[in-house]
Amino acid sequence: MAQQGTERVKRGMAEMQKGGVIMDVVNAEQARIAEAAGAVAVMALERVPADIRAAGGVARMADPTIIEEVMNAVSIPVMAKARIGHFVEAKVLEALGVDYIDESEVLTPADEVFHINKREFTVPFVCGARDLGEALRRIGEGASMIRTKGEPGTGNIVEAVRHQRMMQSQIRKVASMSEDELMAEAKALGAPYELLKQVHDTGKLPVVNFAAGGVSTPADAALMMHLGSDGVFVGSGIFKSENPEKFARAIVEATTHYEDYELIGHLSKGLGNPMKGIDVASLLENERMAVRGW
Amino acid sequence: MQGAVAEHIRLLEQAGAEAIAVKRVEQLAELDGLVIPGGESTAIGKLMKKYGFDVALKEFSAQKKPLFGTCAGMIILAGEIEGQDWTHLGLMDIKVARNAFGRQRESFETDLPVAGIAEDFRAVFIRAPLIREVGEEVDILARYKDEIVAARQGHLLCASFHPELTDDKRMHAYFLEMVREYRTQEAAVAQ
Repeated sequence: MAQQGTERVKRGMAEMQKGGVIMDVVNAEQARIAEAAGAVAVMALERVPADIRAAGGVARMADPTIIEEVMNAVSIPVMAKARIGHFVEAKVLEALGVDYIDESEVLTPADEVFHINKREFTVPFVCGARDLGEALRRIGEGASMIRTKGEPGTGNIVEAVRHQRMMQSQIRKVASMSEDELMAEAKALGAPYELLKQVHDTGKLPVVNFAAGGVSTPADAALMMHLGSDGVFVGSGIFKSENPEKFARAIVEATTHYEDYELIGHLSKGLGNPMKGIDVASLLENERMAVRGW
Repeated sequence: MQGAVAEHIRLLEQAGAEAIAVKRVEQLAELDGLVIPGGESTAIGKLMKKYGFDVALKEFSAQKKPLFGTCAGMIILAGEIEGQDWTHLGLMDIKVARNAFGRQRESFETDLPVAGIAEDFRAVFIRAPLIREVGEEVDILARYKDEIVAARQGHLLCASFHPELTDDKRMHAYFLEMVREYRTQEAAVAQ
């Protein structure tokens, strides 16, 4: 009997993305550029996070026309974003045939209490997290892949670094704990005990863990790989840069060869200006996307 | 370069091999066999070309060193890819179709008999390719609903599915047997 949408099939899809770069695109042309540069998947959006910030108002699921246009343009997997808690947007994306759904803080949350019950879907989900507790709550709800939240649309890596460092240090701490300490730690982190036990036993998250939110140069991507990320999402960083084709290729190669500094130096030559970026400290609390979700 | 590298290394080690992740062509010289993992074939293919693996792996194969490709790795090995007029390595006399089962929601897992390896192999298909046609020298190892999903041609082995996503090391043990055969032949030639 063939079984679809099993945990292994959903998590396995993310395993195949490891060591790769997933790029935000807003039309077919950008999707083709991303694929040609060696992206392992594209995220189909109406606007990249930097433009969502600039536009203000409520950010929602993209127009299905854009998502279909992107799906028809490339053979690599296509992801799309649904608002936190908006399970109808997610069902629509599943019906459209997208390969992965991002329940994303980049869009305006639809539910301030509950996230989507992701176990009810055949299509896998990726969710953002700032620390281990948040990651394990999302996995508990059925997420098949985790990404750090970072601070999307800023071109500033500082929050992604904070979140990945936090996650990795908490994983190391849990792995070194005695079993007696795990229940108290589960309570402190707000994490499901069984999943925390798995982290304790294996020393890693049960799903693939990418970096996102602020990656804008090849060196940023390599930094996140060093900090323990399995791969990177690049949102505004590519198509808000001066030369998207070159940036895209350079970020892909720097992600693969993140320990080869000579090569990263070479890749970084003459790239032109990266996206301008925003100092995260200058954002008002209500302008920060990373604090959406719990 | 990209994809499920760690999973393959885990199963190769469990099956008794010493395994390393390869990112540079210089590393190929010290190897007796190579696994090309599941991942995204377009991304892996571009990186392979950029870093000289397209030429280096043709030489690797010409020495009859065994190669095992799963999913994207099978596409990399294929001699013909449906709907495109170019190939990656073009080593194996098979014609493959990419994403042949559909998109991710159509991905599935099932038990399959794999000739010479197992009666009940848990086969995980993720946006998987399949083999449309095989040449005369290719042995078909597995079929799913009449479609070819695993094959061997001498020192080349491939599968549409992902043995690396299971704990079943039998297919990796089979590949290591192919590596042992190569080493025995090499030793015989050396004498």
